Amino acid sequence: MIIELGHFALILAFAVSIVQFAGPLFAVKTGDQRLFSIAPHAAILQAMLVVGCFAALVIAFAKSDFSVALVYQHSHSLQPFIYKLTSVWGNHEGSMLLWVMVLSLFGGAVAIMGRDMPHDLRSVTLAFQGLIAAVFTGFILFTSNPFLRQVNAPFEGKDLNPILQDPGLAIHPPMLYLGYVGFSICFSFAGAALLLGRVDNMWAKFVRPWALLAWIFLTLGIAMGSYWAYYILGWGGWWFWDPVENASLMPWLAGTAFLHSAIVMEKRGALKVWTVLLAILTFSLSLMGTFIVRSGILTSVHTFASDPARGVFILGILVLFVGGSLALFAWRAPSLAHGGLFAPVSREGALVFNNLFLSASCLAVLVGTLYPLLLEAITGDKISVGPPFFVATMLPLTIPLALAMPFGQNLAWKRGAFLGLFQRLALAIFAAVFIMIIVFATQQNGPVLAPIGLGLGLFLGVGSLVDVFNRSFRGGGILLGFRRAFGLPLSAWGTTIAHFGVALFIVGVSMTAYDEEKVASMTINDSISLHGYRVTLTDFRNNSEANYREAITKFDVSTGGVKVAVLEPSKRTYIMSRSPTSQTARYTIGFSQIYVALGDSDNFGATSVRIYWKPFVLLIWLGPAAMALGGLLSLLDRRLRIGVAKRAERVVLQ
Amino acid sequence: MKTKIIAAFMWSFIFTGPIFAVEPGEIMSDAAQEQRARGLSLELRCLVCQNQSIDDSNADLAKDLRVLVRERILVGDSDEEVKSYLVARYGEFVLLKPSFSSHTFLLWTLPFFGLLAGMALALRKRKARPENMLSEEEQRQLLALTTTGDKK
Repeated sequence: MIIELGHFALILAFAVSIVQFAGPLFAVKTGDQRLFSIAPHAAILQAMLVVGCFAALVIAFAKSDFSVALVYQHSHSLQPFIYKLTSVWGNHEGSMLLWVMVLSLFGGAVAIMGRDMPHDLRSVTLAFQGLIAAVFTGFILFTSNPFLRQVNAPFEGKDLNPILQDPGLAIHPPMLYLGYVGFSICFSFAGAALLLGRVDNMWAKFVRPWALLAWIFLTLGIAMGSYWAYYILGWGGWWFWDPVENASLMPWLAGTAFLHSAIVMEKRGALKVWTVLLAILTFSLSLMGTFIVRSGILTSVHTFASDPARGVFILGILVLFVGGSLALFAWRAPSLAHGGLFAPVSREGALVFNNLFLSASCLAVLVGTLYPLLLEAITGDKISVGPPFFVATMLPLTIPLALAMPFGQNLAWKRGAFLGLFQRLALAIFAAVFIMIIVFATQQNGPVLAPIGLGLGLFLGVGSLVDVFNRSFRGGGILLGFRRAFGLPLSAWGTTIAHFGVALFIVGVSMTAYDEEKVASMTINDSISLHGYRVTLTDFRNNSEANYREAITKFDVSTGGVKVAVLEPSKRTYIMSRSPTSQTARYTIGFSQIYVALGDSDNFGATSVRIYWKPFVLLIWLGPAAMALGGLLSLLDRRLRIGVAKRAERVVLQ
Repeated sequence: MKTKIIAAFMWSFIFTGPIFAVEPGEIMSDAAQEQRARGLSLELRCLVCQNQSIDDSNADLAKDLRVLVRERILVGDSDEEVKSYLVARYGEFVLLKPSFSSHTFLLWTLPFFGLLAGMALALRKRKARPENMLSEEEQRQLLALTTTGDKK
């Protein structure tokens, strides 16, 4: 019964979303103000319906209701409860429903929190959100219905893909979706702004918190996915330039550019046309990512949930939205007035530089991802575009970007001066050059790019702190300095911490050049020495859990004769799918890790083992975590929450 | 039921491929040569896999290719010679970093053309706008206003 209610709720949500988009658009045409008021109510109702419908599916999975075809296909009664829940989005239908839920939650949130927005802007924004929801709810209802029943319910389900039965899957997809579907709201804002001719500073101010929110989730989602791949896939890589990873990176690059250009638009009224275009492009890239993942058009390790037949439908959606929004843009953009003037050397100029390089990096990822497909379609030639290509093209585009970041952060609006800039950054430059000299001097035949990366990271790290330091500790005592530092607007801290996060990330990535690796065939009491640690194989044992059995290999990690850790990597075999998976084990020392992965066992009781020393590897994910924290601080800044001040005013009047 | 599960369990072990790439038996005795082989492996695609290099992959073909790369190195091939040896047999598809040719011209250059076009556009927009926004007439009016203001 609950399943039928869920199904019905989805059909209702489909109907409501049509009202949500038709009402306000009709209002724009006829000028009937009353019709605008439909949108917020419809958006809230739609969000409630979709959440209810999602809850129905969650209940079906929690109860292992195998009369529902989807539950039978992707769940098993012996799965731990948490993985029964995550099975909901470990498949095509469920993940599309999650997609639509995020879409309608953002719509509902704008309806509730956007009370201070101009009436028409809020309603037309929600209308665009409703249009996207209508199309995707329709897609689910007509091609990927999660609520289909089957007669003669089987006793047991087919189990979730073992590689997905991991805490990483519990968090990664929802985070990622909150991120890249969240950018739908920026797209809707852009559509509304163009349709109503309201492309101004206030628009930028209204859209920025939402963009920040989506960006925070996207950043965390990508980082989570990367860490998951690092520990699950067993060869210690953390980014594979896989088409599906690229599909999430592109909206991130475009979204990051958007956040920065929206600042210029909000503060200085410049870059209007470009900012609106970026809002459209960011979500278009999200849609393209959805198409890539859902259609399985590009071969990748993520195609567990793909179905080519549905690809055509999503391609149609993609063409509709990208084509439609760009046509709207082409129609309206020429009428937009130009904004404030600025000198090339200024905060605005630096942000333009940021946007150029971020967009070019995004273009490089886009071209690299789609080129093999297009080339094969046009000429029939098959080529591969893999990690070495992306590294070769992305480095020249991202290094200047990182190099410019501290400069931009310390420049004044309108007109800055280079000389003062170099004075302010002298310490950062000195630190960077110093570390590069030290590293180059101490290493023999070492990597060349890594010391440069370390220097860059240090320059950026120190450089990102300069602004806050100068504003707090210039003149006055230390105590006054701290008081000033706490008094700085949160957004200043946000920028500082987010940029510092980029520095951490660069250092983490550079340090991968100093990875050490040992591969050996080992049996009991064999040991391997690696970076001052001794890893000894001590035991083989078997273990069985509800839905899998595992062969555990036990290792002792010791340094200087003292045992510091026990590592237990294993090989699991799931009862239903029979496919073996390998579980790695890691020992963390500060930001570094010792990483052990198992290979095959031979017939003589020996097993092949891969052991890595990964110096400062955790910085690769702590960096993005710091970026997200910076985003959160900016989001909490009072100046962004214009609604708060207004509501207080109303209380006074009463 | 129970015997079935156990049978399934044992069956799975027979078909369990190696979980990871480079196996102990493959490693070359000369460390420098091994390092070259690893570097090359990262640039070669496992043809039957989905987007993996032969260094990462555990497929049989990847293992064969890893061994082949090491054989070519032992014979005395340079890195480029090993690559062209493989391209001759498996086609361009085997290279994860496509070589620069008329077919891949746009792939390699488009991002940089995009960057240059963006820069050109930004600079042109700046030039299109006059440094001084006031017309001569307005300047005169402004001067008149400010000077009369002084006299008062």
